[in-house]
Amino acid sequence: MDTISTDVAIIGAGGAGLRAAIALAETNPTLRIALISKVYPMRSHTCAAEGGAAGVIKPDDSFDLHFDDTVGGGDWLSDQDCVEYFVHEAPKELLQLEHWGCPWNREADGSVAVRPFGGMKKKRTWFAADKSGFHILHTLFQTSLQFPSITRYDEYYALDLLVDDGRCQGVTVMEMRSGQLRQFHAKAVIIAGGGAGRMFPFSTNGAIKTGDGMALAYRAGAPLKDMEFVQYHPTGLPNTGSLLTEACRGEGGILVNKNGRRFLQDYGMGPETPVGKPQLKTMELGPRDRVSQSIWHEIQKGNAVSTQWGDCVLLDMRHLGEKMINERLPLVRELCASYLQVDIVKDPVPIRPVVHYMMGGISTNTKAATPLPGLFAAGECACVSLNGANRLGSNSLVELLVFGHRAALSAIEHIQGLPAANTAALNARAEETQARIDDLFSRTDGTESMSGLRKEMMDTMEKNVGIYRTEEGLQEGVSKIHELRQRYQRVILTDKTSVFNTDLFQALELGSMLDCAEAVTVGALARKESRGSHQRLDYVERDDKKFLCHTMVHHQGLDVPRVDYLDVVITKSPPGVRDYSGDHK
Amino acid sequence: MSRRPLVREVPPTSWYFRHPLYLRYMSREITCIFVAAYCVLLVVGLQRLSSGPTAWDAFLTGLKSADSIVFHLLALAASVYHAATWFGATHKAMPIQIGEEFVPPNVISGAHYAVWAVLSFVILYLAGVF
Amino acid sequence: MTQVTQLKERLVQLEVLRYNPDTDTEAHFQRYEVTCYEEWVVLDALNKVKADIDPTLNFRWSCHMAVCGSCGMMINGEPKLSCHTFLRDYEGVIRVEPLAHFPIERDLVTAPDDFMEKLKRVKPYIIPKEKKPISEGEYKQTPAQLMKFRQYSMCINCMLCYAACPEYGLSPSFIGPAALTMAHRYNQDSRDGGRMERQEVVATHEGVWECTFVGACSEACPAHVDPASALQQMKITSSIDWIVEHLIPGGKK
Repeated sequence: MDTISTDVAIIGAGGAGLRAAIALAETNPTLRIALISKVYPMRSHTCAAEGGAAGVIKPDDSFDLHFDDTVGGGDWLSDQDCVEYFVHEAPKELLQLEHWGCPWNREADGSVAVRPFGGMKKKRTWFAADKSGFHILHTLFQTSLQFPSITRYDEYYALDLLVDDGRCQGVTVMEMRSGQLRQFHAKAVIIAGGGAGRMFPFSTNGAIKTGDGMALAYRAGAPLKDMEFVQYHPTGLPNTGSLLTEACRGEGGILVNKNGRRFLQDYGMGPETPVGKPQLKTMELGPRDRVSQSIWHEIQKGNAVSTQWGDCVLLDMRHLGEKMINERLPLVRELCASYLQVDIVKDPVPIRPVVHYMMGGISTNTKAATPLPGLFAAGECACVSLNGANRLGSNSLVELLVFGHRAALSAIEHIQGLPAANTAALNARAEETQARIDDLFSRTDGTESMSGLRKEMMDTMEKNVGIYRTEEGLQEGVSKIHELRQRYQRVILTDKTSVFNTDLFQALELGSMLDCAEAVTVGALARKESRGSHQRLDYVERDDKKFLCHTMVHHQGLDVPRVDYLDVVITKSPPGVRDYSGDHK
Repeated sequence: MSRRPLVREVPPTSWYFRHPLYLRYMSREITCIFVAAYCVLLVVGLQRLSSGPTAWDAFLTGLKSADSIVFHLLALAASVYHAATWFGATHKAMPIQIGEEFVPPNVISGAHYAVWAVLSFVILYLAGVF
Repeated sequence: MTQVTQLKERLVQLEVLRYNPDTDTEAHFQRYEVTCYEEWVVLDALNKVKADIDPTLNFRWSCHMAVCGSCGMMINGEPKLSCHTFLRDYEGVIRVEPLAHFPIERDLVTAPDDFMEKLKRVKPYIIPKEKKPISEGEYKQTPAQLMKFRQYSMCINCMLCYAACPEYGLSPSFIGPAALTMAHRYNQDSRDGGRMERQEVVATHEGVWECTFVGACSEACPAHVDPASALQQMKITSSIDWIVEHLIPGGKK
């Protein structure tokens, strides 16, 4: 098997991976950097993010306010030392992007413009029309092209981390276009592989969001943290699940039920604000978990609009006017016109909550280091925890930048004075991976259909681990996913050829999703409280005595994973009440 | 058991039959033959003019022949098509930005048509048509 | 609101080009028949084929909202994004082939190496006009200055324009619409000072001067970038550069 020697291997070339690569190349141009991704970087799901990236920049705003919004939005599960670091670094990262050419929207005087976003007390979301993620990704990718020390390995699927001597020292990958396995021997590995929303049948996530990065670290011994916290974005298209950015509401769009009532006021987010004049942090600008949960309740109550795609509520943007929509929400208009044949200038659009983001992920500290030395993680695949129990919109895009950068700096610190690698041991690990793949190819007595297993997993997650959860449902979810993990060992490939075999890639991705799904279900069952996006009908209150801590799930092979807990770091904001009513101070 | 990318050849002389847009492009390009031919005719005419009245009269007689009239009709059609496609595309090569807006394409092509009409009128007037 | 209607079903026939280097020396078509919903796109039909009928069919896709650029392919001979090609616009058998003018790796998966190399060649990044530390804040850029290049920054790198461009098909050394447009995007950005550096790459025979303004690229572009306009504008600046350098006394590059 080919071996490639490098200094830092980065797995995932989205916003976080690219930012880490650039930071490494700028800080030390002699470092050899391997940027490994299962897709070409421009395809990374960062491109689909729409609304914007938050950073304190206007004179009426402050780091303390951004801190409070984030900690409150996370229902006090965020580690406050991490949030403190984050809010200070955020504007610097966004300015750096601007210097690299990101086409941020501007005020008339040429300074960067900001827009209001959910759960934020002040306007601080930088944006580039409604394609902010797209522009951030392309700015980073194009900027990365000027650094000769970054070598890209596009369409390489990461299979297993190489761990020896208690340290992560590389990764075994498959070159997708040839089916050949190769090893990277590295002094540090940064995982930036994204989230795992595709374990659910209905999400805003692209095909590639299958939790491979999370599963890589998890199987190598790094725990996954807070996996049960899955964010439902309130406004997704009811047929494809495509995202309609929160900016629809930030610019003034309203949510109404079948009777035309702005129902959010019935769920603690009132009083009703004037149409088209949204007030920050209340009504339609409440946090995503509360808004999604309210929509769920309205649907249960029978106030939903029935459509051929199921029960929905309506997002009404007509009052914004055609000019504003074309200027600020052109992608939204195009998506609704193409996929739903609705013109948002003339009609309200039916929407419903969709799985969007995973707050949980590979456990890291504020320096983006996992408990496994040599292994770092950043972006949606990581859980620092910045976002706690619920992420505020526009914190994620800037999280990629802050922690991508931080992971690079931590990797540089780590690789000083490392002992030489034991190549024989690493080769042995790589051979184990080769054997695993060979076994998958040569299996003839498999009884399981890959797409069948995948469907069962998705149905289980949808049914048992939704917006509202119960003990019974979660028990069923835990045992069903556990069963699926066992049955996965007997999955059989229909395509056994070597060139760009997507049957194989989908089978590997299913393995990653099942591992992550087990962490989600087990964590959800164990957390007997309601907090942020984890809501239980049987434990409706938040329980700070028992559960002001992070769920840590540890991989135990085919056995049920082990769960323990890690205290949340509280510095200056003791747990309070999340108040999104109009009278909040 | 390895890569063997397959390259699909593009037929070098018949590629333009693959799509109506390509055929329109080729017909646009062919008009330049007529434009060039007409320029040659004008140069020949100048040469005949400078060679004295006999040559000039012979040239004028030739212009009235059936072949000449057919050629002129074709050349006129080609030139109009040439100009129309050119005017339609000019806004791409010369965008005019005023503040945050761009001058609409039909204003730019409309201005070209207007100038063409004025020039045509002036030339016809000088030629004694009016 | 409209009354509840059932989602209409439709039997779709796809004629898909297959090629597996492990087993084939040539490409060949394969016919599939699959039940779809009327509102679906071609990508949905392909996914259903892969899940229920033939798991050995290979194609790229991700976002399903025309922003990642993965799913470009030829549909009835036109370069399209399969996630944005609606079954309601097609009748009869739908022919699906890999994106034209790129080598076929496998089935509908092409090798984009040539494009990736050319994209890098045009230096698609800010070469600052004046350096400034981030402690001094942002470069001021008015909304009008932003509009000057914004359209050209919308490129999703889907390569439909390369499939549409006959020049690229006939002269593979042509740098091509999207890569050249990326150079123009940076040239037009008020923060950038790298135009002359890029001209050395783009104002060449394989650069903008290979283009004969067929305009098929702009027709095919799903992101309304209008690459043809970028290339023609660069031809003009290239010509002016040449005149200044060669015909104007004291004119420098």
